[in-house]
Amino acid sequence: MSQRQVLQVFEQYQKARTQFVQTVAELASRPQNIETLQNAGVMSLLRPLLLDIVPTIQQTAALALGRLANYNDDLAEAVVKGDILPQLVYSLAEQNRFYKKAAAFVLRAVAKHSPQLAQSVVDCGALDALVICLEEFDPGVKEAAAWALGYIARHNAELAQAVVDAGAVPLLVLCIQEPELSLKRIAASALSDICKHSPELAQTVVDAGAIAHLAQMILNPDAKLKRQVFSALSQISKHSVDLAEMVVEAEIFPAVLTCLKDPDEYVKKNVATLIREIAKHTPELSQLIVNAGGVAAVVDYVGDSKGNVRLPGIMMLGYVAAHSENLAMAVIVSKGVVQLAIALSEEPEDHIQAASAWALGQIGRHTPEHAKAVAVANVLPKLLQCYLRADASEDLQTKSKKALKNILQKCVHLPALEPLLHDAPPNILKHVVGQFSKVLPHDSKARRLFVTSAGLKKIQEIKAEPGSALAEYINTINNCYPEEIVKYYSPGYSDALLERVEQYNPKA
Amino acid sequence: MAAMVRLLNETDNIVETAYQRKNAAEAERIQEFAASVKVQAWFRGSRVRCYVKHLNKCATQIQRRWRGFLGRQFFRYYVKNCVLVMKLNFYNLQATKVQKVWRGYYVRKYVFNYYSRKRYLEALVIKNDIIRNELEEYAEQQEQNRRRESEAKDKAARERLARKYHYLISTHVIPGVFNSPYQPYPGPMEYTLASVKPLMHKKKKSTNNPYDPAWKSYGHELPKPQQLPPLPHKPQGPFREPDEVQNQRYKEFQPTLRVATSFTALDEAREKMKAEEWVGRINDDIFVPFSRRDHMYEPLLHSTSKFGHLPYGTNYFREEFVDKHVTRMPFKTVVPPIPVFEKLNDTYSQGQV
Repeated sequence: MSQRQVLQVFEQYQKARTQFVQTVAELASRPQNIETLQNAGVMSLLRPLLLDIVPTIQQTAALALGRLANYNDDLAEAVVKGDILPQLVYSLAEQNRFYKKAAAFVLRAVAKHSPQLAQSVVDCGALDALVICLEEFDPGVKEAAAWALGYIARHNAELAQAVVDAGAVPLLVLCIQEPELSLKRIAASALSDICKHSPELAQTVVDAGAIAHLAQMILNPDAKLKRQVFSALSQISKHSVDLAEMVVEAEIFPAVLTCLKDPDEYVKKNVATLIREIAKHTPELSQLIVNAGGVAAVVDYVGDSKGNVRLPGIMMLGYVAAHSENLAMAVIVSKGVVQLAIALSEEPEDHIQAASAWALGQIGRHTPEHAKAVAVANVLPKLLQCYLRADASEDLQTKSKKALKNILQKCVHLPALEPLLHDAPPNILKHVVGQFSKVLPHDSKARRLFVTSAGLKKIQEIKAEPGSALAEYINTINNCYPEEIVKYYSPGYSDALLERVEQYNPKA
Repeated sequence: MAAMVRLLNETDNIVETAYQRKNAAEAERIQEFAASVKVQAWFRGSRVRCYVKHLNKCATQIQRRWRGFLGRQFFRYYVKNCVLVMKLNFYNLQATKVQKVWRGYYVRKYVFNYYSRKRYLEALVIKNDIIRNELEEYAEQQEQNRRRESEAKDKAARERLARKYHYLISTHVIPGVFNSPYQPYPGPMEYTLASVKPLMHKKKKSTNNPYDPAWKSYGHELPKPQQLPPLPHKPQGPFREPDEVQNQRYKEFQPTLRVATSFTALDEAREKMKAEEWVGRINDDIFVPFSRRDHMYEPLLHSTSKFGHLPYGTNYFREEFVDKHVTRMPFKTVVPPIPVFEKLNDTYSQGQV
């Protein structure tokens, strides 16, 4: 045997291995092959290949593993059970950048499924290795590491705290300053995942100076980056007034409003979420948004978008209006009521209707002026319809009832109340009649109108239990009219008249 | 004695007289008694009446004085009260006026100023219009940009297609597929084909690169100048000594440390160190913590420092020197604050309500 022949055997073996991992990696990218691969025992075959002497084979094996683990949590668990993670973590610090990328991909794929799996990734000491990868020069490695860290942190506060304790935050903040768009995106998303759990975590991210850099990227033309940036900013500002104020101090305000006109749906939604999270904290912050023209922009946005994208905008209007009557008036003059009414009638889904009803209730509950503005938009019958609809969810029913009650208790605009007299159930009718009983004694024109529009007749037809509030209101209304008119409209009065005719004895 | 005798003589007479008188008196006695009683009664009556009248007069006098005194006292008291009530009412009225004015002022300035609110809302409407216009313009501009881009893309794709199918163009003799002989005019594609250049095959990179002035490649060899540059006629001085020049020309090579060290020296040293370590190690399997929860999490040596993590940002957010505090309790003012003045200039700033 010559030396060449001996070497040829090795060469063939290496070629076969290479071909095997490459084919497996390719097969693993199609979901329909996964089960077959799993049954064929691919895990136990790939594991030794991770330790192969040829770097290409190692990388491809890691890639195949990552694709398998990405598919479902059973396979991810198999990766954990197979003790593959320690090898990967060990080699994360050692190997070249391609391998690092592939290993980070496997870690990410394992960590994404459940908190337990993410915890097992953390238990292998992956965090430190990943944080070191963030310091790597190659943007691809940084991207993969940031992605994995983000997937680990997104599950719960403990895991996010572990990520923060490993010192990832300053490096992620550095990553968002890199020129590569995809790295920026993923770093922003990781920061967003870290901050979403608790005020302390968000404060840590803020202390690392993330807000200024995130705020700079608001006007970036890349839509996917903007999604993540706005998501991160809203996750930061949702926790407390201080954090929201810090976000506002980055002078995001007139600039973010332009993003409400973005063609990308998710950008719009995330911007509206950001505005909502800021507005919900204090009247001052809401006032600031209103003064920047934010309400008009949000109202336009609510009008332009459909479905779930609308929801944060609707809630933002509600939060702003809930703070004070002045702000509610600002929403009204920005034509917010009309858009909310359209959303209430157009949207088929219950939770969006419920949000619209809630927002309208918040707008109308302050003064008669507010209630009138809401009532004039013909909202009350729609709210009543939402409340009475048979297939409405419980949340929608309670929200629309609350809103109706809030608005009715302030409403003195009688033309809007009259239709409710005819088709409201007793618990709503009580408030409607109550409003009539408050207004009618003081307004002669309204009394006249009330009779001609057959309101009085309707009142007489109501059967109220004596002693209840409703009966009292009816009594008050009846007292504002002469007895004959009240009698005339009482049901059964014609019979009484005929009876009198019978009993009458002519004197002649 | 005579007198005695006379008396004795006259005794009967006297007795007679006495009887007579007595009888007379007896006869008159009851009447006189009644008369005297009447007289006495009248007298006594008038005397007592007079006395009682006197007493009544005195009592009236006393009562009058006393009542006058009491009345004057009551009057003084009453007047005092009246004045007090009057003053009180007056002051209340004034206080109400002051309060009314103050409350009006306060509410208009700090709580609800109708005109300011109105102005604010009007300004807000204008601001909203401006923002709406701006956003509209921005959206339109973005839309235009996108449209332009997509048009350019479409156009490029069309042109590429036309170039690709350029070989289907009709010639003078044979009409192409786009130039149907059954129609009066050729189709639009025909004109497009005529307007573009045919797609050529990719140029293969020539292997014998000439000299590239952009320094991207030198090809196989450096270009050789056709002729040498002309020499000047006379060498220009002053020159150094020939020995010195000779020494400098053939002096020993003295590289810097960086140049002298091998480029891979660091890696080699690391390899060597690892090999040495491997010799001393008993077990090759590195024990890696996998899923033990009872131990503390051990960070790598690489990422720790002797200074540890900053407590700032995780344990606390603001510096405070508790040991320098005089007392643990926060300071409190002695005088309770006046709530209205606390609110002053706090709820209000220029330009907003």
